[in-house]
Amino acid sequence: MASSLNKPELIVNGKRLDGRSFGELRPLKIEANVLKNAQGSAYLEWGNNRVLAAVYGPKEAMPKHTADPTKAVIKCRYSMAPFSGLGEHGRSGPNRRAIEISKVTKEVFENVIFLNEFPGSEIDIFIEILQSDGGTRAAGITAAAVALANAGIKMKDLVYAVSAGRIGEHVVLDVNMIEDNYSDADMPMAISPKSNEILLLQMDGGLDKKQLKEGMDMVIDAGKTISKVQRDALKAIYESR
Amino acid sequence: MGAIEIIKSDYIREIIAKGEREDGRKAMDYRNIAVKTDVIDHAEGSAQVDMGNTRVLAGAKIVVDDVHSDTPDQGNIVISAELLPLAAAEYETGPPSPEAIELARVVDRGIRAGNCVKLEDLFLEEGKAWTIYVDVYVLNYDGNLFDASTLAAMAAIANARLPTYKDGSADYNDRSKKLEINSIVASSTFAKIGNSIVIDPSGAEEAATDARLTVATDGKVVRAMQKGLSGSFTLNEVEELVNIALEKHKEFIKHIESAKR
Repeated sequence: MASSLNKPELIVNGKRLDGRSFGELRPLKIEANVLKNAQGSAYLEWGNNRVLAAVYGPKEAMPKHTADPTKAVIKCRYSMAPFSGLGEHGRSGPNRRAIEISKVTKEVFENVIFLNEFPGSEIDIFIEILQSDGGTRAAGITAAAVALANAGIKMKDLVYAVSAGRIGEHVVLDVNMIEDNYSDADMPMAISPKSNEILLLQMDGGLDKKQLKEGMDMVIDAGKTISKVQRDALKAIYESR
Repeated sequence: MGAIEIIKSDYIREIIAKGEREDGRKAMDYRNIAVKTDVIDHAEGSAQVDMGNTRVLAGAKIVVDDVHSDTPDQGNIVISAELLPLAAAEYETGPPSPEAIELARVVDRGIRAGNCVKLEDLFLEEGKAWTIYVDVYVLNYDGNLFDASTLAAMAAIANARLPTYKDGSADYNDRSKKLEINSIVASSTFAKIGNSIVIDPSGAEEAATDARLTVATDGKVVRAMQKGLSGSFTLNEVEELVNIALEKHKEFIKHIESAKR
């Protein structure tokens, strides 16, 4: 969280800085099958976020010691392009934040992919954040789910992710960068929409029990919209053929 | 996992499903917790925590630093954690694993989000402020490093003494002033094994865990959460576990307060 010195007014006349209401998502667009070489891929625009996800595999796990003879292993790399931020040139390659996000993202997909069907193999998920404006881990997971489905990898559900947060007394959905920098709480979640089970849950800031419930309910509610954009992206591949 | 580990994990899953635990605890009981503070004289604050057979040591160093350009009115606190190779047979030397990075970042988030130390209080003069470095060393692994590390880091901070600031640098021979603490954050970690949920998983229980949830609170509100592993939680489970974590905070306050310097 940044210093309170330059904190902008994040809510004016009951609207957020970009004109959204508290429970409103930023505009979301997904296109599937955008890369020739990958088995599956997706390009996502979510507000000012631009994300590319690609899936390779299942293929023989390399190096060999990483293989599991009973099931497939998932390898996940979330990474931010050095030019993705509004400020200075970022450092290339995964930093500690990116390593943590890669880990929790991998765990999300371990839940939904039928790993037992591909013993000894690996499935690679690459998430590249080309432009970042807050909520990139949720955007990455939402895009990667589409890329996995596009790759024909069997999953029990099409996962989505989005974050809830708190600005002052207001619980809000889909926190953008300026809100995240000065907000009072941020809570990214990934959900398996068939059962509404929680596959990713992170949070920092401060939420009381009521705010927590309100935030989680907002995330569940947003699932209808996000899931539809994901499914439409997959449908569009077949329609264009 | 080798054959023995699989058998052990199956055994843990079997008894947990029956509502039992290997060491006879109830589902929401912690193991014995012991906190010793001021164990490293050279550190400005330090604490060693035993949680069952898990042992961690936290040391706080407080140094004069340049302020960050985006936060010119405040100091900084940086918490790290390291899984030492001497702490378990599986731990190796080399760059930190994703697990070690996750541990460090989750402990840091809870204490940072809880505003345990007011960063404005660390401001010294134009361009200069204290930075508090807390390093958590895992000395012996037997599960639940998240709670043990948060407790050790918090106890080290709560007992820290500030060096004296003189002529632009720190005088470490005069550490008479206590570091002011704003709040105390404690975390509770839950392991979902099959359909059962237990608190404070041991090493053997962690090996059988499907999903993990860490909830850090200041006793009033949730300050940080982290779900881990490939299993899932329901919304109701999260709400229930948050309630338990808020309750357990009282026990941690006692541990920190009774730790004698």
